[in-house]
Amino acid sequence: MTTPATTPDAMGAAEVVPGRMSRWATNTALALIPLGLALLASAVILALLGVDPIAFYRDIITAGIVRESGRFDTITRMAPLLLIGCGLIYAFRASLWNLGMDGQYLLAAAFVAGLGPSVMSSFPVVIGWIVLSLTAMVIGAAWTLVPSILKARYGTNEIVTTLMMSFIGISLAVMLVSGPFNDPGPGPQTASLPREAMLWDLPGTSIHIGVIVALAVCLITYLVFARTSFGTRIDVLGANARAAVHMGIDVPRLIIVAFLVSGALVGLAAAIDIQGVFGYMRVDWNPAYGLAVVPLVFLARMNALALIPFAALFSLLTIGGLYAARRASIPSDFVLLFMGILLLFMVGTQYLTDRRARGESIAPKALLKGLRRG
Amino acid sequence: MDDLLLNEQFLTTVVLSGIVAGVPLLYASLGEIVAEQSGVLNVGLEGMMLVGAFAGFVVILETGSLWLALLGGGVAGALTSLIMVVFCIRLGMDQIVVGIGIVLTAEGATSMLHTSWYSRTFPRVPAVDGFAIPLLSDIPILGPSVFSQPLPVYVGVALVFVVGWVLRRTTIGLNLRAAGERPDSLDAAGVSVVRVRTGAELTAGTMAGIGGAYLAIVAGGAFVPFVTGGAGFVAIVIAMLARGRAIWALLGALLFGMAKSIGTASQLVGIDIPTGFVFMLPFVSVMAVLVIFARRSRLPSALGLPYHRGSR
Repeated sequence: MTTPATTPDAMGAAEVVPGRMSRWATNTALALIPLGLALLASAVILALLGVDPIAFYRDIITAGIVRESGRFDTITRMAPLLLIGCGLIYAFRASLWNLGMDGQYLLAAAFVAGLGPSVMSSFPVVIGWIVLSLTAMVIGAAWTLVPSILKARYGTNEIVTTLMMSFIGISLAVMLVSGPFNDPGPGPQTASLPREAMLWDLPGTSIHIGVIVALAVCLITYLVFARTSFGTRIDVLGANARAAVHMGIDVPRLIIVAFLVSGALVGLAAAIDIQGVFGYMRVDWNPAYGLAVVPLVFLARMNALALIPFAALFSLLTIGGLYAARRASIPSDFVLLFMGILLLFMVGTQYLTDRRARGESIAPKALLKGLRRG
Repeated sequence: MDDLLLNEQFLTTVVLSGIVAGVPLLYASLGEIVAEQSGVLNVGLEGMMLVGAFAGFVVILETGSLWLALLGGGVAGALTSLIMVVFCIRLGMDQIVVGIGIVLTAEGATSMLHTSWYSRTFPRVPAVDGFAIPLLSDIPILGPSVFSQPLPVYVGVALVFVVGWVLRRTTIGLNLRAAGERPDSLDAAGVSVVRVRTGAELTAGTMAGIGGAYLAIVAGGAFVPFVTGGAGFVAIVIAMLARGRAIWALLGALLFGMAKSIGTASQLVGIDIPTGFVFMLPFVSVMAVLVIFARRSRLPSALGLPYHRGSR
């Protein structure tokens, strides 16, 4: 765990254990214990519903890892989770609650799907992808602009403003897809990207190259917080805004920048999803990743590299769970139930493992103080 | 356009279905106001509404009584909020993380239960009769819409004034607001912060559960997975904008409810307004107000922070 000491609360128990290795071990244990408990509790629920839990978990593994196509799907699904997760890390570490990710994602997706066919036909593919991805990042970032300016200049609570902007963004995406971006054809949806305009797959797989981009963004995000002054300034702002002012940090500007980066990465997630997997957008389509990514970010303790295994796990549960749920004839929403239980066990474990940190939490205390400031 | 918009049938439909859509928001945001005033940020509101919706649906299918169903929804919502009480208020864990956990768990659990119990039959609930207030219900437009609603609507409106009165004029309300502003002072005055917040949170859970049950039974006619569709988060927004004033919950709930209904009603009379556009109007106008007046959304100073005796 190399999280800078500016967010000690994020580490909870790790704080009292010296040494990098044992800290790492503690954090792994802190993640694995609730995982095991959540698997156990879910098994009980499955059994109560008359489903054999062992067969269910075996089906998840089979469909999500063992089968080649499932393995590829699992890895592909990690891309949007990682990018949205990294986006949230920039906001959360600055003690800013960006809860508008679903609107940022969907609006960016609508623009990529709507402009995609014409952009791809007028540029070479690689340039086209870059143009579309940059468009999505600008849209995603723009959608955080009003909340960030209000927060930076007047301290308006960003939970309210980002949620509202999210609702507006979702409605706007619906309007765009059923209006100007509508393809007069099968139904309320955009035209599809031609097959050759979709992101390339890695050789011998059906995993598109967007996954590499997502992993690179994770590495960059990690390095930003571990090695750069920009990352440290965000951490200082997150830990104590007043200290940040005394350090000479331009706090309003940093708030806006952190928000913009956050929104841009969420937009990039949408661009990669549309160009790599879906190719078009239906008016009622909304993957609503947002709420499920928040627990992953907290499980990873806002560390972008630690986010990767958790995103892989969630992705496996989603892809494998779909198949396992169909076989057991229960809805695939089981994954949500599992995530919810996992989250509750996580806070519980955190509480029990460190009595000293009673009252502290996996969300940095400063993040909660931000509420108070707002 | 004018004669279309002023069409009596259109207006009646808008107001009528606006109130139907607004009442769940009203109940939930009233509950959220109480919780927030006591310093508990109840992000799990959506989950409590869903559990209440499912429980209310089960009860009305079994008993056929609307009132028992609303009661069942309220009890289920309160039971769900017990998670918040134990984890956050008693043990001091993170309110936002636990809240998100509640939403996810409730979404998964109600969807799975619905599938395993009702996926073959998909039962529906008969429409609930309105209660026509004598004389007032004869007024054109307003009569058949505002004054002929099911009784829980009037109860909700009455609760606005009850909550407003309790918060501003009674000792209970004073304790609640103290728990949200200066919990240490309240403790020093000999009142248990934990107990006050527990009461507030249970109230919020109950109200959200009733709102959810109303949404599934009266507004929807049946429970389907994810029936609340973000209403809980809209209610949180309304509560935060209301800044502790119950009357704003009524106005907010009506505004958002009407916006939802204008889309539906305009399709009925054949005007083609994009539904998305109408739905986002209230959000846009609230954002515009925030931008123009740039006022702080005043929140209790201990909101979201657990209280530990002697911790500072």
